[in-house]
Amino acid sequence: MTRHTGSFIARRLLQAIPVILIVAVGVFALLELAEGDAVDAFLAGTGGGDVAFAERLRQDWGLDQSLPVRFLIYLEAVFTLDLGYSVAVSMPVMQAIAIRLPNTILMMGSAILLSAALGSFFGGIAALKRGTPVDTGITVTGLVLNAMPNFWLGLIFIVVFVVKLSWFPLAGIATIDGPTDFLGRAADIAWHLVLPVLTLALTYMALYLRLMRGAMIETQASEWVRAARARGLPRGRIIRRHIARPALLPVVTMLGLQTGNLLGGSVVIESVFSIPGLGSLAYQAVAQRDLPLVAGILLAGTLLVIVVNLVVDLAYARLDPRVTDDRGRAA
Amino acid sequence: MTRLGFGGWFGLGALGLLVLVALAADLIAPGDPLDIVARPMLPPFTDWAHPLGTDQLGRDVFAAMIHGTRVSLLVGLAAAAGAIGIGIVVGTLAGFLTGWVDDVLMRVTEAFQTVPTFLLALAMVSVLGASTPNIILAIGISSWPQTARLVRAEILSLKSRDYVDAARMAGMRPLMVAFREVLPGALQPVIALVGVTVGAAILVESSLAFLGLGDPNEVSWGGMVANGRAVLRIAPHLVVIPGLAVALAVLSVSLIGDAFGRRLAPARER
Repeated sequence: MTRHTGSFIARRLLQAIPVILIVAVGVFALLELAEGDAVDAFLAGTGGGDVAFAERLRQDWGLDQSLPVRFLIYLEAVFTLDLGYSVAVSMPVMQAIAIRLPNTILMMGSAILLSAALGSFFGGIAALKRGTPVDTGITVTGLVLNAMPNFWLGLIFIVVFVVKLSWFPLAGIATIDGPTDFLGRAADIAWHLVLPVLTLALTYMALYLRLMRGAMIETQASEWVRAARARGLPRGRIIRRHIARPALLPVVTMLGLQTGNLLGGSVVIESVFSIPGLGSLAYQAVAQRDLPLVAGILLAGTLLVIVVNLVVDLAYARLDPRVTDDRGRAA
Repeated sequence: MTRLGFGGWFGLGALGLLVLVALAADLIAPGDPLDIVARPMLPPFTDWAHPLGTDQLGRDVFAAMIHGTRVSLLVGLAAAAGAIGIGIVVGTLAGFLTGWVDDVLMRVTEAFQTVPTFLLALAMVSVLGASTPNIILAIGISSWPQTARLVRAEILSLKSRDYVDAARMAGMRPLMVAFREVLPGALQPVIALVGVTVGAAILVESSLAFLGLGDPNEVSWGGMVANGRAVLRIAPHLVVIPGLAVALAVLSVSLIGDAFGRRLAPARER
């Protein structure tokens, strides 16, 4: 890491602040649109109280102030990471999110990587065999998989691999009385995650397939490949180093952009496979009309996408030696 | 038209069939699809009065499938139309007015793009309530950034063309130049996005319905899958059939979008 990387990160984080602010405004507007306020929701979830109690709570929480003041109070809360209290899970929102986040990150991270790997691999094959039935077959398969609703594919996998074949567990992220040693537990979790990750990866694979295929077709016709062929380099090496590697760059960019989609997809998949993650927490929040929790997850999700995009941009700058940071220095 | 390819024609055919079914739903399967009409858990292909069987409450699966077409297509097309409309307006304003308007609009677009789409739709339906107009609004609001970005990029590249300068020199007002001269040319690549946007809208609608956030007064394919999940082990067809319909709808729209995108491609580099 050069010392420019630090300033690159700092500048990107600064650019992210207006985005977070706008999202906070939006979330605040959404919360205001809902009927009743946080006090009503709190009292409804905790057994009620009389009008005097409600009024006192409103004063304590600053909810009896005017709109601009309430917005400022809300902003302050967001930036101090105090996202309120969730009545759906009876704990502070921040805590609920922190507990569930690792599971979702694990599942999503694996799904993104698998999706990109499968898509790049098959997209590469489709590019190399362009115009043949192999190419058409791969492209159509990707398109069909992309068109399937991910919850449906997940349920089909459950019918085939869990009900009929009993190869994988039905639900959850770990067996309840399963192994407690690190390796055993890791293997147990991996076994539980195979089907959900596979479902997510297959449904989003088509995009990487198309990207890799298009990019490789372009690089195949480029000058440096012609030069490499003229030099008599072995075909495998040309494919790997001169055709495939540069073609991976658009794929890497897309990784960051797809995070939001996969986070959304995880809501449904976690519901299908009963994985205790952020997605199923979001569903629980919506089902129980717990708006502070919904708002908190929206903000957390946005932050996650920003962070992933930053990491991906750093990786991209590493991979593509032509990329300089905003001031023209190599990143 | 012959350059649409097999995929394009298949997509058009399938979509046409679905639209016909949606329009003629009351003729093909009269009555309320949510009515209980026969004994529960009737297997498919056994009783020709109920060709696809019944679910665990005794509702006709065939009727539900036919009427479900309406919701999926209506929400998918309407939400995508809204999203593309908003995207075109925002993109044109940003690309043509530039300056601080462009900056502000691009920050807002970035914000909407960063928020996970489905979570946003989920939050909006949760706040506004689960009715068909709200669902259309929620999906539309979460999907416009892509179109806006594309339109803006196109307009920025087309702005410097001669015919735009000519229009301005002839005295046309700036916004008129934007909408009458520049926009039609900028819309070409948007056509390729239409397929993707409609497909995504249909998938989001079915996901929302699967989670129980669909309109409770309408039959939706996603809702049917959720319903069938309860009896997955003994009647998997209740899950398989509605999901196939969603996949078919999204696939046909994607194929059409791809085919039209490719047909316009020769004029541009991609």
